Amino acid sequence: MTESRWVRIGLRVMTFVALAFIYLPLLILAIYAFNDSRSQVWPPPGFSLRWFGEAMSNGRVVDAFITSVLAGLGATLLALVLGTLAALGVARHRFFGREAVSFMLVLPIALPGVLTGIALAATFKTLGVDFGLPTIIVGHATFCVVIAYNNVVARLRRLPRSTEEASADLGADTWQTFRRVLLPGMRTALLSGGLLAFALSFDEVIVTNFTAGPGTETIPLWIFSAIQRPREVPVVNVVALALIILSVVPVYVAEKLSGAESAVVR
Amino acid sequence: MSSARAGTSRAPLTRRFAAWLHPRRRLQLTLLLTSPLLWIGLAYLGSLGILLLNAFWHTDAFSGKVIPEFSLDAFGEVVTNPVYRTIALRTLGMAVAVTVTDVLLGFPIAYYMARVASRRTRRILLIAVLLPLWASYLVKIYSWRVIFQGNGLLDWLLEPFGISGPGLNEITNSWVVLSYLWLPYMILPIFAGLERIPESLLEASSDLGGRAGGTFRRIVLPLALPAIAAGSIFTFSLTLGDYITPTMVSGTKFIGNVIYDNSSLGSLPLAAAYSFVPIVIMVVYLFIARRMGAFESL
Repeated sequence: MTESRWVRIGLRVMTFVALAFIYLPLLILAIYAFNDSRSQVWPPPGFSLRWFGEAMSNGRVVDAFITSVLAGLGATLLALVLGTLAALGVARHRFFGREAVSFMLVLPIALPGVLTGIALAATFKTLGVDFGLPTIIVGHATFCVVIAYNNVVARLRRLPRSTEEASADLGADTWQTFRRVLLPGMRTALLSGGLLAFALSFDEVIVTNFTAGPGTETIPLWIFSAIQRPREVPVVNVVALALIILSVVPVYVAEKLSGAESAVVR
Repeated sequence: MSSARAGTSRAPLTRRFAAWLHPRRRLQLTLLLTSPLLWIGLAYLGSLGILLLNAFWHTDAFSGKVIPEFSLDAFGEVVTNPVYRTIALRTLGMAVAVTVTDVLLGFPIAYYMARVASRRTRRILLIAVLLPLWASYLVKIYSWRVIFQGNGLLDWLLEPFGISGPGLNEITNSWVVLSYLWLPYMILPIFAGLERIPESLLEASSDLGGRAGGTFRRIVLPLALPAIAAGSIFTFSLTLGDYITPTMVSGTKFIGNVIYDNSSLGSLPLAAAYSFVPIVIMVVYLFIARRMGAFESL
């Protein structure tokens, strides 16, 4: 079907409107990061770089950043191990209840995060676990496992089984086949799954709110509390801009990995 | 070749174990699935089960302590208290409004990407739609807060017309921000769905005398419907569970706020009973979406 000229023009206009809607708020926020004044009036009365320096020397921001990175790494590692194990089980074996395994793994992202948060916090409290980085990692891993699992299981379905059979026929045992045949085949899936899991963990605020406890703070938790303190708002703007710019990294890597289409997996 | 030695006594222990394991498929499966299932079963489902069990318990009126005896008090409160009914309906209405908005905003750009744009433009647009998905959720809400608040951009834009901006107390703020947050989740499935429609089908329609409007209504739209339903699962469920957005931009209470507030300060049984509202709505919604073929389009 070839669309008429007017339909094409209309579609272009609507595409432009949607893109403007998506990017305008982020642009406004970027401008505010250079706002000289403490108050958030529009248009900003003057511009300066001073809040960037303040953000870098703000101990809470730096600590929160480190906590976020550690939590992301921990949750990603846990998710990759558990997700890969489950994916190997589901993709390479036939058994009763195979569908149920996928369904159970998807639940943590299908149900509201508040529920995960409250449920985990109540359990930790009952078991007498101290809240902190480990509890954050456990909380994040609940939904990160699905991401790793989905990526790996999709890859395993596409990898031909004949290479694994050939490997076994040539005398390799299970471990050797895994190391030399399966692992190289899964590498990019593990990388993109890990990247997505890390990004989700780094960004998470709802579950973290329940599982962090009073002494520990991630970057999203810091933002959430800092926006309520007018003195801190200029630093929030700078941190927000940094996060927007950082979000380009995973998209760039995913793009390099296997073209724009694979990034749609999310 | 080192692999030829596998299984002999000279091979390291791990290799001998791997060789022994090789023919034992069931044991392999058990070893693979034990830890992920224990994890999800204990850490997640266990905790969730205990939380939901709270819905059938009740709080002591004097001490405020949860008493683990069967009772339907919490459900009774949820059903009879008009405040909770209003909040549930408000949240449901918001989920519908956000879904409709995202279909209207997302369909044209998805259509343009899938069927009009050149390969290069399509790639660029796809990245442009994906990029904000990775940008921080909280930052995106915060950016709108900055726009809405007094003396912000919206106030400045509306000033020449003698109107002031919405401030941070209007429910429409939540509608705008939630539509904003979930828009990419709607665009991507619709794009994928439209891209799958074979060109030959559209050519056949026009060869048989179908006009552009008729072809769109009778061929494109029915084929795109499963994809729209798939996207709506995201917009719908994400709206139902969100409580940060209304807290930050409009100060209105949604289902999530009631659950959140009661979990920390009020009664855990009530929070648990109210949790059944979004769960039931989502189960019903998933059932309808499945009948529309949404699951094949995810």
